[in-house]
Amino acid sequence: MDAIVCVKQIPDPETPAAAFSVDETAMKVVQASGVSPVINPFDQQGVEAALRLREAAGGEGTISVLSLGPDSARDAIKTGLAMGADEGYQLNDAAFEGGDAWTTGLALAKAIEKIGVPEVLIFGRQAADLDQGTVGSIVAELLGLPSATVLRSAELEDGAITVSRVVADGFESITTPMPAVLTISNEFGDPRYPQLRQIMQAAKKQVTVWSPVDIGLDAAQVGAAGARVKMHALFQPKNETQCEFIEADTAEEKATQLAAKLREVKLL
Amino acid sequence: MAQILVFGESGADGDPVAITAELLGAATRLNEAIGGDGVACALIGAELEMAAQAAIAAGASTVYRAQHDALAQYQTDSYLPVAAAIVEQVAPAIVLFGQTSLGRDLAPRLATRLGSAVAMDALALAAAGDRVQVTRSCYGGNARQVVTVESDPQVVTVRAKSQDPLPEDTSRTGDIVAVDAAPGAARARVVGKETADTSGVRLEDATIVVSGGRGLGAPEAFADLERIAADLGAAVGASRAACDLGWYPPSQQVGLTGTIVSPELYVAIAISGASQHMAGCGGSKNIIAINKDPDANIFRYCRFGIVDDYKKVLPQLELELKQLVADR
Ligand SMILES: Cc1cc2nc3c(=O)[nH]c(=O)nc-3n(C[C@H](O)[C@H](O)[C@H](O)COP(=O)(O)OP(=O)(O)OC[C@H]3O[C@@H](n4cnc5c(N)ncnc54)[C@H](O)[C@@H]3O)c2cc1C
Ligand SMILES: Nc1ncnc2c1ncn2[C@@H]1O[C@H](COP(=O)(O)O)[C@@H](O)[C@H]1O
Repeated sequence: MDAIVCVKQIPDPETPAAAFSVDETAMKVVQASGVSPVINPFDQQGVEAALRLREAAGGEGTISVLSLGPDSARDAIKTGLAMGADEGYQLNDAAFEGGDAWTTGLALAKAIEKIGVPEVLIFGRQAADLDQGTVGSIVAELLGLPSATVLRSAELEDGAITVSRVVADGFESITTPMPAVLTISNEFGDPRYPQLRQIMQAAKKQVTVWSPVDIGLDAAQVGAAGARVKMHALFQPKNETQCEFIEADTAEEKATQLAAKLREVKLL
Repeated sequence: MAQILVFGESGADGDPVAITAELLGAATRLNEAIGGDGVACALIGAELEMAAQAAIAAGASTVYRAQHDALAQYQTDSYLPVAAAIVEQVAPAIVLFGQTSLGRDLAPRLATRLGSAVAMDALALAAAGDRVQVTRSCYGGNARQVVTVESDPQVVTVRAKSQDPLPEDTSRTGDIVAVDAAPGAARARVVGKETADTSGVRLEDATIVVSGGRGLGAPEAFADLERIAADLGAAVGASRAACDLGWYPPSQQVGLTGTIVSPELYVAIAISGASQHMAGCGGSKNIIAINKDPDANIFRYCRFGIVDDYKKVLPQLELELKQLVADR
């Protein structure tokens, strides 16, 4: 079973709220000091999903990790390789800068066609930077493939894939023929930790780098030039709430006073 | 012509659902702002009579109804060609979806099929010339982005509870147009459904939500929360950390990737208040928290806070709240 996992490098989404800041003029996040960018956590679970599917299929097949991003995005690819993926591909060129979900989806779809469409195409449910959750569906549409999104599990069954999709009121079980596009949610469970030996091996592995022409696109179709969504502002919302702490000697008294407050302000 | 098309939703039994009226409220205001010529609502499903009437009462001048047994349940492949056919027929400038299980899945595929793009999870919509300026949350709720879709039609998904519906007006009249587009053959087929236990108050409808986090220390503590919630007529929610630990079902997760709630009162017990959690409950009218860490982020959003071990606070609080409810 062959698979391609698309991974994005993003500012660490676990950055404490107090350390998060944006440059409103540049419309960019200021990287918090001491906090390195990371592989999108859902994409790391995507690599895990691919590895588990391959294991279930008997261990044969190639898992490729694909990322569009600047030089540093190589680290996200290496994370996937260290976990057990075989090949790394990076779309890295100045022309890709300033793109949106559409240009990203288009470039990834072209790269996937060049690599060869595998049985399974895996994405994260959303990249935890812009929190959009559209690239998987865009690629599925461009390649004309069935898709199942926001998944907590995926299993191979008689040459098809059966997945469990997280929906508002529970879970749906969906069966799809391959090739198929799957997007993975956190309910999938923790990804494996690479061993030191695997990290060293991954560090030595070559990553194939492609520019737009390598995947049959010209510069006007990618990056800011090809984008369909335009950003006009990026800012941090203001939060004006002032917390009134309930002070008392014992926890019981605090509970009593809180209830009295709730009664006083007619909240209950 | 500047027409706004809303993709409404209906419940499993054909009931109207709140997001449709919220979208129609937003669409009506946008339509006025851009001097457009009306708001249409598309409904796809197997049983749509009630939802169609409700859409008209909520502001739709025309309802495009695609009714077919094969459309009883949302499936990407079966809905997609029907949705595309409706957009082709209506030729709207703007297409609105809810940021729901359906909207998240269908909107980006539809936008791509139409040669356009989508802005996801709008909190606010404003007209700027012939574009909709979409304010949306990003970076786990830490930031806001203002974007426009520069291609046509402009597809936008809108967060639940972010838009006020119009007052329901059952005397409004409108056309219901039957659409006979054939459902697509589903490759990815829904073969089963596991519905979460919905015996309690539904999270998204609750006026009071009592939520627990990792600091509860053990799944058993949720039983205490459930008792308190039952007394208050409240729903029980959980942080993702608690859900990921298997302490509470994912359907009860509050947050960016869970349910968005906006109750009158949100009670956060042993929850740190990470931005992604606040993205799901920040719209609550009042938040109170019990947390042993005085610097916990949750307190930045609270009206009242108790800094203490929840285990010591909860038994007395339960008694007090019972009394409060009895006195009401
Ligand atoms: C992309 C992404 C999406 C996410 N989506 C969501 C989401 O939708 N919803 C969500 O909730 N999270 C989400 N998260 C996770 C989020 O970042 C936090 O990790 C999570 O909300 C933390 O849960 P918590 O507050 O229960 O746990 P913790 O952060 O561990 O906090 C536990 C709190 O309990 C307090 N505590 C401990 N013991 C006691 C005690 N005895 N009495 C009182 N207080 C005590 C501690 O002081 C602490 O503040 C997401 C994360 C990412 C990266
Ligand atoms: N620049 C990128 N390179 C590779 N994969 C990406 C990129 N951007 C998004 N993706 C994939 O698409 C998923 C959804 O991203 P998004 O639609 O941006 O939220 C991510 O979880 C990744 O799997």
